[in-house]
Amino acid sequence: MAYSEKVLGHYTNPQNVGTLDKSKQNVGTGLVGAPECGDVMRLQIEVDEATGTIKDAKFKTFGCGSAIASSSLATEWLKGKTVDEAMKIDNMEIVEELNLPPVKIHCSVLAEDAIKAAVNDYRVKNGLPALKFEESVVH
Amino acid sequence: MLKFPIYLDHNATTPCDPRVVEAMIPYFTNNFGNAASRNHPFGWQAEEAVDNAREKVATLIGADPKEIIFTSGATEADNLAIKGVFEMYASKGNHIITCNIEHKAVLDTCKHIEKEGGEVTYLKVKDNGLIDLAELEAAIKPTTILIALMYANNEIGTIMPMKEISAIARKKGILVFSDATQAVGKVPVDVNKDGIDLMAFTAHKMYGPKGVGALYVRRKNPRVKVTAQIDGGGHERGMRSGTLNVPGIVGFGKACEICREEMEAETARVSKLRDKLENALLRIEESYLNGDKEHRLPHVTNISFKYVEGEGLMMGFNKEIAVSSGSACTSASLEPSYVLKALGLGDDLAHSSLRFGLGRFTTEDQIDYTIEQVTTTVNKLREMSPLWEMYKEGIDMNNIEWAHH
Repeated sequence: MAYSEKVLGHYTNPQNVGTLDKSKQNVGTGLVGAPECGDVMRLQIEVDEATGTIKDAKFKTFGCGSAIASSSLATEWLKGKTVDEAMKIDNMEIVEELNLPPVKIHCSVLAEDAIKAAVNDYRVKNGLPALKFEESVVH
Repeated sequence: MLKFPIYLDHNATTPCDPRVVEAMIPYFTNNFGNAASRNHPFGWQAEEAVDNAREKVATLIGADPKEIIFTSGATEADNLAIKGVFEMYASKGNHIITCNIEHKAVLDTCKHIEKEGGEVTYLKVKDNGLIDLAELEAAIKPTTILIALMYANNEIGTIMPMKEISAIARKKGILVFSDATQAVGKVPVDVNKDGIDLMAFTAHKMYGPKGVGALYVRRKNPRVKVTAQIDGGGHERGMRSGTLNVPGIVGFGKACEICREEMEAETARVSKLRDKLENALLRIEESYLNGDKEHRLPHVTNISFKYVEGEGLMMGFNKEIAVSSGSACTSASLEPSYVLKALGLGDDLAHSSLRFGLGRFTTEDQIDYTIEQVTTTVNKLREMSPLWEMYKEGIDMNNIEWAHH
């Protein structure tokens, strides 16, 4: 299977690899996937409390090139968005941007789940109720 | 000067040796006859070429030429052996013993046998990829007609104790079939010394062409018969009809001849390169060898690099180096390798494995480059692996509630 140029680009030069201080009040952390399934994504956001916008986003991913690219792209998109806008990122946008083949759609679903998990972690930390989502169904 | 891409996937297939191609060429053009044409020189020429090749193939495995049935490859030979014995020996019993790391060509054929009313026991291998001989003996029933165990495994290269297996079978009068696709041409295989009654192998794993293989069928002590699975003109002593692939068979013969003559030197050279690669890669922290270090093929190593996913790892160098992975992501099923799982590896380690298969044309420069690339990529991916970070922080990952898909 050949990879798209965009997947290769993110794989070769991943954006925003790293770790934010998860103990900080304004940092939300999402950890999704499982080692047994071959992908684990950890996505973190740091929120500017004055404006409600995401001022930094970082990821670390164990997975195939498409999983790495999906999370790298997600962190790029998150920066500058408000927390509410972040919740609207749909996995199919990631699929389209990266030209993911059907067998790799679960990588984009995982990235969407990671975003939602990070936002919910931030909400709960700041006394807001966690938002409920329909369970993502993958393979 | 290194030429890219470097091919280290010789368990998948091998390039044709140029000497093999040279031997084949006349049989596409001038000597195009049908080996079954008994009444003119075109046919005689083709028949003679097939006879010559049959002799070379037989010699490599210590068999008589009459015991070689040419097929389209090892998958067909596996099917013919298992289905053919099941049908031919139906009056003696319906039970077959095999194991859980066989190639799909054997496992799926056994599944088919089960649908046809047969009974199959799938022995579990130990964590080194070898079967327990006591378990084999205990699995034998009065209805057992066939023990089907691979000579060498295609993913981890482990070699089964065929002599001990056949000694057990012989005592009970049970036939032994071995899928020796990965072993023939790489290590000395002798059907008499190893006590094998039926054996499948193929040309393209030993520097011959694709599309031609063979089933060895013992003719005496005991005389073995299989029911044909392809009916037609009665070729190959009625066991496999169909016009013979004369150029392919000629190439197969030449490939066998070269393997026999050069095996010893090639094994010495390739195993040295394999050991160099393996030792260097096992020096990487948290990397593990899969399979058995002693009982195995000289040209393959299978290593798991913990906390890094196999397909992601290959992506770091797969424009320059061709290897394969037990990672789920390389298959449509999203399931990691059943062979590695059978060794008791967790799914996470199975996802993290790479198989390196060296070959006749592998050079030391290629191995040095591979060591460098794999090491660099493992380190790079670990820097972006959340699991590596947790491991380094001493977090027990078994205590994390993972969201299983």
